[in-house]
Order: sequence, then structure tokens, then C-alpha cells
Amino acid sequence: MKKTPLLIAALVLLLLLAVPPFLKNYGIYLFSYWLVFVIATMGLNLTIGYAGQKSLRHAAFFGIGAYTVAILMKAGFSFWFGLPVAMLGCFVIGLALGAPALRVQTIYLAFATLGFNTAVWLVMRNEEWLTGGTFGINNIARPGLLGLSLNAALPYYYFVLAMTVLLGALLWKLLSSPWGKAFRALRDNPIRAESLGVNIQAYTLLSFAIGAVYAGIAGALFASLVEFIEPAPFAVGTSIMMYLMVVVGGAGYFFGPLLGSAVGVLLPEWLRFAQGWYLFAFGTAVVMLMLWLPDGLLSIPDRLKARRHAREASAARTAAASKVGAQT
Amino acid sequence: MTDFFQLVFSGMATGSIYALAALGFTLLWQASGTINFAQGEFVMLPAFVMLAFATFGAPMPVAFALTCVVAVAILGWAFKRGIADPLLRFGLMPIVVATIGLAIAARNGIRAGYSAEAHPFPSLFADKLFNIAGVTITLADVGTLVFALLLVVGTQAFLARTVTGRAMQAVAQNTESATVLGINVPRMIFYTFAINAVLACAAALLVTPTYLAKFDMGESLGTKAFFAAIIGGFNNSRGALLGGIIVGVSENLAAAYISPAYKDAVALVIFMVVILFKPQGLLGKKVERKV
Repeated sequence: MKKTPLLIAALVLLLLLAVPPFLKNYGIYLFSYWLVFVIATMGLNLTIGYAGQKSLRHAAFFGIGAYTVAILMKAGFSFWFGLPVAMLGCFVIGLALGAPALRVQTIYLAFATLGFNTAVWLVMRNEEWLTGGTFGINNIARPGLLGLSLNAALPYYYFVLAMTVLLGALLWKLLSSPWGKAFRALRDNPIRAESLGVNIQAYTLLSFAIGAVYAGIAGALFASLVEFIEPAPFAVGTSIMMYLMVVVGGAGYFFGPLLGSAVGVLLPEWLRFAQGWYLFAFGTAVVMLMLWLPDGLLSIPDRLKARRHAREASAARTAAASKVGAQT
Repeated sequence: MTDFFQLVFSGMATGSIYALAALGFTLLWQASGTINFAQGEFVMLPAFVMLAFATFGAPMPVAFALTCVVAVAILGWAFKRGIADPLLRFGLMPIVVATIGLAIAARNGIRAGYSAEAHPFPSLFADKLFNIAGVTITLADVGTLVFALLLVVGTQAFLARTVTGRAMQAVAQNTESATVLGINVPRMIFYTFAINAVLACAAALLVTPTYLAKFDMGESLGTKAFFAAIIGGFNNSRGALLGGIIVGVSENLAAAYISPAYKDAVALVIFMVVILFKPQGLLGKKVERKV
């Protein structure tokens, strides 16, 4: 049973390796875009799905990562210097701004984080000397790796894919370590976790900080993917979309972000045939999906399992009942 | 100084509209635990319905009344039965995401099906100016403020003084004991949804003449309503009014005295300070966390 997720992961990876060379440039771009969001929502899934902290400011870290790399590259530094700086920046800010979560929870936390996102967005839009304001920063170069150029669409896609797999593996390791258990304990019952000796303050802050680092990396990759950044993609709307992706995929399921980001990034593209109506169709689809599967797409196997158990149990009951009936 | 009073007054008028949206929002939360991320769209949709009735020749009050009926049916009853009821028992996340989806669908449905342009909307009040001690005040501001205040106070009175209103409060405070006392809980919750729909219609009627009817008008309105609800107190209906007026006045003053670019920042700062130091809001009561 434990083998199945690995098998599926391998199959998905194989598809992701094999399919893109057959796609046009726009298709490859979309796939890269999707994977960037997979990285970002993996981090958010840690914060929301595993640690249970309602966060609506993920796009702020996404933006901080993107702007850090873009500004440093414009100042003449390499991508490989910018990326660690962005990661460190997001970690520190995420740690510092996880503090509200120590005071407020649930929906209050969601709104506090939403407020932070708006503040970051206002700074990005208004501080032109630093961020270029609404004009943004253009001509962001793509990085090279060990002398290889990643300028073309396909090499860059494989680079993003490698990063996704690497970061996914790291997250998997983290979640199967005692840390992962502590995060889950925090989500399921913070007071019980505390009474069992889990330092809930530290783990709450860490869940935000690590999530923020993932967003920062995704932002850095996003900046050199689209080669032009402006404040709009980092507004509250994106945070809300990322939240939607995590929940739709299945919050607290490891592969949730993979599916959820596909719904958030690729589904609207597939719905383009509906022309002006495509976002309407998308919104309706999300509502339907939630009504059908409130725990997200990845709850399907659990649900099937539960149904099978119920059927077996009822079969066993009827068998027992008929046996009793035969005796009397 | 006269400028200052003028800004405060028009801010209060705008703020009282935010208060209407915020009040509906907090009522839904109290009665059923529904967080409605489509609250802004709940104001936008009635604006367009009113326009549609108006183009068929209905005078404004008739259009408003008809819209209220439609809104209670769709934004009240259908929203409750179709989305809130099935999802609430799964916790906060599914309902939040479903209302986000609803907001996207509503916004883009209007854009694709009606128009992407901003449409002018007839004002309830004549274009008239008053001059009181050098302070110029428009009739629209006075009218908006009075109308919104009447609605908020009316809702308050309904909740506090009528049997139905008290039953609704009982449901909000403790659903189980309300059931035991023989209160028809689902019906009371429906009333809350209906009141939310009517308040949204009223907000649409008041705000659209200045905001113009546009498919994305709900976006900023929804955020302002959230801010107002939190600042005033999320589990207190009086708080919505205070919060709305604080948000309205502070954004007016900030735009004039600090910088238009940071117009929204002052409300944001107040909001952050309130949520961090008094998360129950200025008028809210503290709720202890439970194991």
C-alpha cells in the first residue's frame, strides 16, 4: 500500500519529463508556470494543510522573492547570489511576521495575513525608486547553470522541474521527520500538542517561515520565467488563488499542490474555448468541486476506501444477521 | 479646518455604506459561521439587477424593491441551501474556497454576459449643496449617511426588540440551547441570510452612484467590509458601524493629507493594530479558545 504513492509520483515525473518536448513554446511556458506554482503551494500546504495556520499572504513572499532576485540581478549580481538572499529574506520576514499567529487564530489570522499582503503590495506599487512601481522591472535574465544556458524555454522548464523535485523531496523528508508530526499535532489540537511538550510557538513560526522560503524560491523562478515583473501578480488576489489551489488539491495531502495548481493554472487555459466566459466557468467549477469534494481532489481515494469499508461492514452485518436468523 | 470637516463628513457617508456590507458579513458569521468572501460581489450583483429593472422602465424605488426580492431568493435562500448548508460541517476551508469561486464566477459572469464597462447609476438624491458654517456638504452624503444609519439602527432594533430577532441572537450565541428551547434554527439562519441580502441591496443602491456599476466594483468593497467588520468587532453587530465609519473617514483623510497612493494604508494600519492587540475588535467580546 505504501508503494502506491511512490509509483504514482514516478509515473507523474515520467510524464513531466517526456511530454514537454512535444509541446509548443506556450505549452512549455504554461508547464513551467504551473510548476512554479506547485513550489509555492507546497510551501503554503505546509503552513495551511499540515500546520493548520490560515495564511492569506503567500503571494507577498512570492513577490518578495521575485523582487529580491530581480533587483539584485539589475544591480549586477548573479541569480545564484540572488536566490539565497531571497530565501534568507523570506525566512527572516516569515519568522518575524509569523508572530501574529501566536496571538490570533483561524479567520482572524487569515485577515491579519491578508492585511500584510496588502501592505507589501502597496510598497511594491508605490516605491518606484526600488521596484519600478507599476512599470515593474523588465528584461530579467534567465540564470545559467554550470556553464549551461537556460535561456530557451525547454532547458528552463527542466531546471524548474528539477527544483520542484528537489524541493518536494526535501518537504517529504521534513514531513516524515518528527517535525512533520509536530506540525500535524499543532494543526489537530494546539492545546494538546502544547501539553505534550511540543513548543507550539516555535513550530508555528517555523511553519510560516519554511512556507515563506518555498514561496520565495518560487518567486525567484517566476521572475526569470516571465522575465518581467510588476506588482499585480503579488496582490491579495494571488494569495487567495494559492489558498484555493491548496484546498482544491487537498490541504494536508502531499500531492495536493500538484493537482491544485493544475486546477488554478492549467484549468483556466483549457477553458479558454469558452472565450469571455472562461473565468465564469472556472469559478463555477471551483464551487462544484467544493460541493462534491470538500476535502479536495485527493480525498477521492479516502472516500472510496471509506465507502468500501462501509459496504464490507454492511455485508458482514447482513451475514451475521442471517446466521442469527438461521439459528432461531 | 473646513476642509477637514468636509472630508470627515463625506468619509462618514462612504463609511456607513461599508458598514452595511460589514454588518451583513458579521451577521452571517455569528449565526452560521459562514465567512463570505463574495460579500463584495453580493453588493455588485444587485447593482446590476437594479440597472436591468431600471432599463425595463421601473422607477428606482420599484426597481429596488424587486431587487430585494430577487436578492433574498438568490443571495439569501439559494446561497444558503446550495453552498453554505452542505459545506459548513466541513469547517472553514471549503466554504471560504467555495465563496472565492462564487466571487470569480459572479465577477466574470457579469463581465462576459453583461458588460465590462462602468455604467452610470442614478443617484437617489438630488444634486444639492448645503453650506453650514463654511463647510460644504452634499445632499447625497447626508442622505446616504441617514439612510445607512437608519438601516443599521433598524437591524439592531429588530435583533434586540422583536421575538424573532432575539431568537436569531440566541441561535448565534448557542445553537444547541436554541434548538432545545424550541427555536426553529434553520429558519432563523435563513432570516440572517435574507437580512444580509437586503443589506447588500441597500449598500448597492447607495454606493453605485459614486462607484459606478462595474463587474469588479465588489473587490475593493469586499475588502473594506472585511476591514470594517474586524476593526469594529467580528462578533458584535454594533461594531460594524463603528468599523465602517473608521475605514471611510481614515481613507478620506489619508488621501488628502498623506498621499493618495497610500489611501488604503491607514485603514490597513488600524486594522493590523486592532487585529493584533484586540482581535475581538473595538466593541467585540473576547472568546476563550476551547480544547
